[in-house]
Amino acid sequence: MIKARGLARRFTTKLGPVDAVRGVDIDVAVGELVGFLGPNGAGKSTTLRMLTTLLQPTAGEAVIAGHDLLTDPAGVRRNIGYVGQKNGASADQRVAEELAFQARFYGLGKHETRRKVGDLLERFELQGMEKRAVITLSGGQQRRLDIAMGVLHDPRLLFLDEPSTALDPQSRRNLWDHVKQLKADGTTVFLTTHYLDEADFLSDRLLVIDHGSIVGEGSPDELKNSVSGDLVVLGTPQASLVATKFENAVVDGEKVNFRIPDGDRALPALLRDLDQIGVELHSVQVHRPTLDDVFLTMTGRSLREEANAA
Amino acid sequence: MLRDTWLVFARVMLPVVRNPVAVVFGLAQPLLYLALFGPLLGDSGWQWFVPGLLVQLALFGTAYAGFSLLPEVRTGVMERLRVTPVSRVALLVGRVGKDVVLLVVQGLLIVLAAMLFGFRASAGDVLLGLGLVALLGIAIGSASYAIALKVKLEYVFASVLSSTIVPLMLLSGVLLPMSNGPRWLYWLSRVNPLAHVVDAERSIFNTGSVLLGLISVSALVLTGVFYGVRTFHRESA
Ligand SMILES: Nc1ncnc2c1ncn2[C@@H]1O[C@H](COP(=O)(O)OP(=O)(O)OP(=O)(O)O)[C@@H](O)[C@H]1O
Ligand SMILES: [Mg+2]
Repeated sequence: MIKARGLARRFTTKLGPVDAVRGVDIDVAVGELVGFLGPNGAGKSTTLRMLTTLLQPTAGEAVIAGHDLLTDPAGVRRNIGYVGQKNGASADQRVAEELAFQARFYGLGKHETRRKVGDLLERFELQGMEKRAVITLSGGQQRRLDIAMGVLHDPRLLFLDEPSTALDPQSRRNLWDHVKQLKADGTTVFLTTHYLDEADFLSDRLLVIDHGSIVGEGSPDELKNSVSGDLVVLGTPQASLVATKFENAVVDGEKVNFRIPDGDRALPALLRDLDQIGVELHSVQVHRPTLDDVFLTMTGRSLREEANAA
Repeated sequence: MLRDTWLVFARVMLPVVRNPVAVVFGLAQPLLYLALFGPLLGDSGWQWFVPGLLVQLALFGTAYAGFSLLPEVRTGVMERLRVTPVSRVALLVGRVGKDVVLLVVQGLLIVLAAMLFGFRASAGDVLLGLGLVALLGIAIGSASYAIALKVKLEYVFASVLSSTIVPLMLLSGVLLPMSNGPRWLYWLSRVNPLAHVVDAERSIFNTGSVLLGLISVSALVLTGVFYGVRTFHRESA
């Protein structure tokens, strides 16, 4: 559904060139839900804007939903939906009218438009706001309207750029259900996010981008396994003795931290061994790696810190 | 493409129709000229002054149109519209269409108001006169949107506008005949296409040739629309 090769974008600014995206290859199969993860400024939006015909790549090529990005952008546009990072509804338009025009722009007939608009207002909990001017909506309500406009024409391929920004937990959950439903109906989805739980919960596969290059790829579980093992935390008065038994172990008061592959299974034997050499244990914890750990390993930065700093 | 243009037009027209106060405010400036400047030219001045005022209305009414685009570029509105299959030409022409419709409505109201002061015009003259004004509006409106898209920042756009509109207006002879001034000023006005449009507008309501004005306005429309369409095609807003 997406096949991009060497896609790159260099911006020229007064202070010199900025290589926002440095030649990425992206393959997304029909029906896949792919998460695009990266810290602020990594190049996520720039990539999405290239894939959706908004921005001319400085190098590379792509076929999107069966149409060549460079030679048939109109064909691409007819087959995709896009929800940008910024709000897409005009301040002085009314909610229902903005939705209706969006439907008409995609070629829906009047009757179909009316049905769709009613349906989406309900699905994104915007009932009662039909006649309100967009400017009077709250941030989360505007975001829901953006998403409704993006999915309204049932695109085969949907691009979402940080769709859950500004949404409260319940609306976020609602969005996730909606995206899952779209996937179940056969829609291919490509979304960027800062929320690791979101990427984890939604995506079949993740692409990690940093400084304009793809630095990691795999299912959320594969990526987590690529972080060398699970984190084990043992509470013991003989912390320094225990630390000598494991590679890269870190002593923290009466606690020892270290990583071992497949911690859940390895632990029983490990505890027996420690017992045999007379180590006294107070507590045992095993943590599966989080995507945050994945991030830290791949980019040397914590996604959460980056996201919060912005 | 016609359907697209109509949709884009209807979308930007709706808020204006719902809140027509802006149209009335747009009339304040020309009405003030009519009431406070027109009488200075004497009873016979109306036939000469009102056509110029209409051209001035077209200039000021559409040159600022680009401002409405800037918030749409800054938020994701333009981006959202540009991902839809709607034709790029329609995205421009639909908007310009709204400005021109408002311009013609305002022009008509000015003509009617001027008639109260003693301006005389046949229905045919009014039709032709507003047609010429509409053409000028298309040219200036298209260019305005394109320039706004290029410069992107309000304060830059504002200074681009004030540094071009004022000299264009002063050198067009809308307020006083250019032939009153020294020869160099007169010849300077001759290279201003707007001056020929003003002359043609006066010819429509009185007598004289409209040829130079028509040529000028056609050239302006071609340049403005070409530049606008090209910018809308290219610019990754
Ligand atoms: N129009 C532009 N001109 C110059 N530089 C740009 C432009 N747009 C983006 N950039 C730069 O390109 C890089 C990538 O930006 P991009 O918006 O793709 O990041 P992102 O991954 O979407 O970040 P975020 O999580 O903050 O949305 C950044 O360094 C940004 O400053
Ligand atoms: Mg972004």
